[in-house]
Amino acid sequence: MIAKQFLVTGLLWAFIGGSLSIMFRLQLGFPEMSQEWLRPLLGDWINSSGKIDPEFYLALVTMHGTIMVFFVLTAGLSGTFSNFLIPLQLGARDMASGFMNMLSYWFFFLSSVIMFASLFVETGPAGAGWTVYPPLSAIQTSISGAGFGLTLWLISMTFFIVSQLLGGINYIATIINLRTRGMSFVRMPLTIWSFFLTAILGLLAFPVLFAAALLLVFDRSLGTAFYLSDIYIAGEALPHVGGSPLLYQHLFWFLGHPEVYIVIMPALGITSEVIATNARKPIFGYRAMIGSLIGISVLSFVVWAHHMFVSGMNPFLGSVFMFLTLIIAVPSGVKVFNYLTTLWRGNIVFTPAMLFSIGLVSLFISGGITGIFLGNAALDVYLHDTYFVVAHFHLVMGAAAFFGMMAGVYHWFPKMFGRMMDNKLGYIHFWMTFVGVYMVFFPMHYIGIAGYPRHYYSWTNFDAFSGFTDLNQFVTIAAIITFSSQLIFAFNFFYSMFFGRKAPANPWRSNTLEWTTPAEPGHGNWPGEIPTVYRWPYDYSKPGAIEDYIPQHIPYSMTPGSNLPHENELADREKDDDAIVVDDTNKH
Amino acid sequence: MFGILITIGVLILLAILMLLYRVYTLVSVARGTDKIKVSASNKINAILFLVFMILCGGLFFWYSFDAYENYQTPFAAAHGEEYESLFWATMWVSVAAFLITNVALFFFAFRYQYKEGAKALFYPDNTKLEIVWTIIPAIILVTLVFGGFKVWNQMTDESPEDAVELEIMGYQFAWVARYPGNDGVLGKYDFRLISPDNQMGLNLDDVNSHDDFMPREIHIPKGRAVEIKIRARDVLHSVSLPHFRQKMDAMPGMPTRMWFIPTKTTAEMREETGNPDFNYELACQQICGRGHFSMKMIVVVDEPADYEKWVAEQQSWTDANPELLGNRGGQQAAPSAAQPASAENVQLEAGVTQ
Repeated sequence: MIAKQFLVTGLLWAFIGGSLSIMFRLQLGFPEMSQEWLRPLLGDWINSSGKIDPEFYLALVTMHGTIMVFFVLTAGLSGTFSNFLIPLQLGARDMASGFMNMLSYWFFFLSSVIMFASLFVETGPAGAGWTVYPPLSAIQTSISGAGFGLTLWLISMTFFIVSQLLGGINYIATIINLRTRGMSFVRMPLTIWSFFLTAILGLLAFPVLFAAALLLVFDRSLGTAFYLSDIYIAGEALPHVGGSPLLYQHLFWFLGHPEVYIVIMPALGITSEVIATNARKPIFGYRAMIGSLIGISVLSFVVWAHHMFVSGMNPFLGSVFMFLTLIIAVPSGVKVFNYLTTLWRGNIVFTPAMLFSIGLVSLFISGGITGIFLGNAALDVYLHDTYFVVAHFHLVMGAAAFFGMMAGVYHWFPKMFGRMMDNKLGYIHFWMTFVGVYMVFFPMHYIGIAGYPRHYYSWTNFDAFSGFTDLNQFVTIAAIITFSSQLIFAFNFFYSMFFGRKAPANPWRSNTLEWTTPAEPGHGNWPGEIPTVYRWPYDYSKPGAIEDYIPQHIPYSMTPGSNLPHENELADREKDDDAIVVDDTNKH
Repeated sequence: MFGILITIGVLILLAILMLLYRVYTLVSVARGTDKIKVSASNKINAILFLVFMILCGGLFFWYSFDAYENYQTPFAAAHGEEYESLFWATMWVSVAAFLITNVALFFFAFRYQYKEGAKALFYPDNTKLEIVWTIIPAIILVTLVFGGFKVWNQMTDESPEDAVELEIMGYQFAWVARYPGNDGVLGKYDFRLISPDNQMGLNLDDVNSHDDFMPREIHIPKGRAVEIKIRARDVLHSVSLPHFRQKMDAMPGMPTRMWFIPTKTTAEMREETGNPDFNYELACQQICGRGHFSMKMIVVVDEPADYEKWVAEQQSWTDANPELLGNRGGQQAAPSAAQPASAENVQLEAGVTQ
């Protein structure tokens, strides 16, 4: 239930965040066009010449970033699937604390309501960029988007952090304590591993954002000077001295960088599961996949300053962070190679979920590779805050994580709602989105290599940036088409929820435990006893097996034909223990 | 009225689509096609991956070559050469990796599509392979890192002794530049002294500030190192000089710096680009508010002799505003030795020497 709440709220936010992006894309692609038709919605933010006001443009960009990163891809993605899959795939009746779970959603809901309300305040929503760097965000007179809208932004984010922490503790507690018999750590599906590590990252990183935001609140309202010094603005010198704007950037990115992995890791987990199931092959290098997830998690905490190469911090720090940043490409590369090898010599069934997973891998490659440029401090000097960065992160974490979310929705929809989504519509949705996403973000690389800065309302003031009007139009049109094609998904989603074909219990012939429940699991998930787990979740196409999949709850003693030598030993022990296997390393 | 008509039209269209969809679903149920494990769509999707790869790959190559001139920013800095070779080395590595992995992905998707009766290979592990594709990328990346170190150190290093020094200050929403004048020293400043007459907050107690000048355009000499001190007056800004491959944030309360050696004069660049109106532009690249997108300043690179001439023509700040010194009743020439230890002065020292 909580999972569905997170999902629907997340999708709603995705729609809002997407609409905002269409508004500012129209300004970028068609700067001459009149936006008068938006006046009923935006009121005086459409100025007298029919254009979006430049400050509101910044607010649109800011809110698009905030909504997509936090509300859609953090809460909507990991909130949905962690809550849904953790108990089902581990063989638990429910999360460790149902109450905390509920609190986590309702704090998110509260935070959503406040953020939504902030869109409508008179001075506009927050407009200082989604990173809300001070002093711009700390001085209320610096920009109208630093006024009440930003206050609401900070309050909303505070509740959001509370929600994340409540959720995260609960996920971790559930995964450590509520695994069913036989479900050792190395028998957990990769989805669970990714949720587990994501929750740990969130637990360690979000409090730092909380601290950063709190100090920002002090600077804004209580006259402190944590981030402020030597400022003359609006005709007066401010009394604040001794603060450092760099401090905020360090604190922010200490969350901000793990945050992108908080966004992408659940998507990678979902993809691992979907690819293995639909390639009818075990995921290649299961332990290496876990290892690379752990590697990414650890490294993600020591790369944050690569967002700050030109911030004025000591250049020596830049060298250190450049080295660490490029190292994090190694585990990411391992994941890609393992996905490729999983597909190699598979027997691939293209369900919509599978298409989105393959799409994710492609986007993850294309977006990840440009990280090699940006992680290189020297190259980043030129590329920093250009459209190259916009292209990079939209592909690697924006679009890729969104594809992960879509893969998850298509794959687990039958288990969530007991009905099937329509495949054909899913295919159309995928192809339009996949091609669309590439058409939107790939051209931005060229614009970025040409040096075009982001956060620009218009480029015509600069000779160097006044080309590419055609390409910008192209991007905008592609964005509109891509966005519209999400309506196909929306229709498919809501229509199938009520009128879809009834789903069988295990439509994808998958191995993990959630498919052993009835088509629509009720309270307690399993009507009878919780199944015991005897094997890892990736026994697909095992030689000698009757079917091309062997679910986790089938004991080795029942599959003598396909057992490997060491598994035969386990089968013997199953008999001794009366079909109970307790993993030696994880005795309770 | 027109709006209502459109709304009705859209609604009818949606209703028709919905009806068609319903019919199609019922037909497929009646035919029993919805029960088949893997339908014909599987093949179509597999082929589409291949088509996607070929079309989009073609588009990528075509546009990259066709529009090459459009996305190049010609460089005019001494470190530009090494910068570009590092950029292109990274580019070739990336393009290779991008193509190999994406082609493998789409090809595998096509080649290993579901076939009735076929069985996937049970292939859970291969430690050797894993080690290979951990080590090889690691080596390539470390090589690139060392290339990066070299350029990065050069770009962020101390500038040579004979560098031309100037200061750039960002404020909402413009830039102002300051040159040290004849004495070659930038005078001290304090943000508390900022006023409409004194937008950079220069301290008149410091004689070094008297001959500083603030031109409308930045001029720098070709072939000499340029050291730029950077600060901001209100919020963050970023001094971005794309042609000189340099960028540095401007912060209030924490001065930063950059340096480079310009290698082509504006005139030479006009010739090279074939654009008679070409100018080097300084842009703001850190979100700073309403006018962020219009914070521009022209940078002119002169031949050294022209540069000297230009400097000699400039009027110092105090000459341009004689009333500033006049108001101070003639004590302008006295150095500020009389009040060395006040808190204000310490603050000033810190501001300039950092």
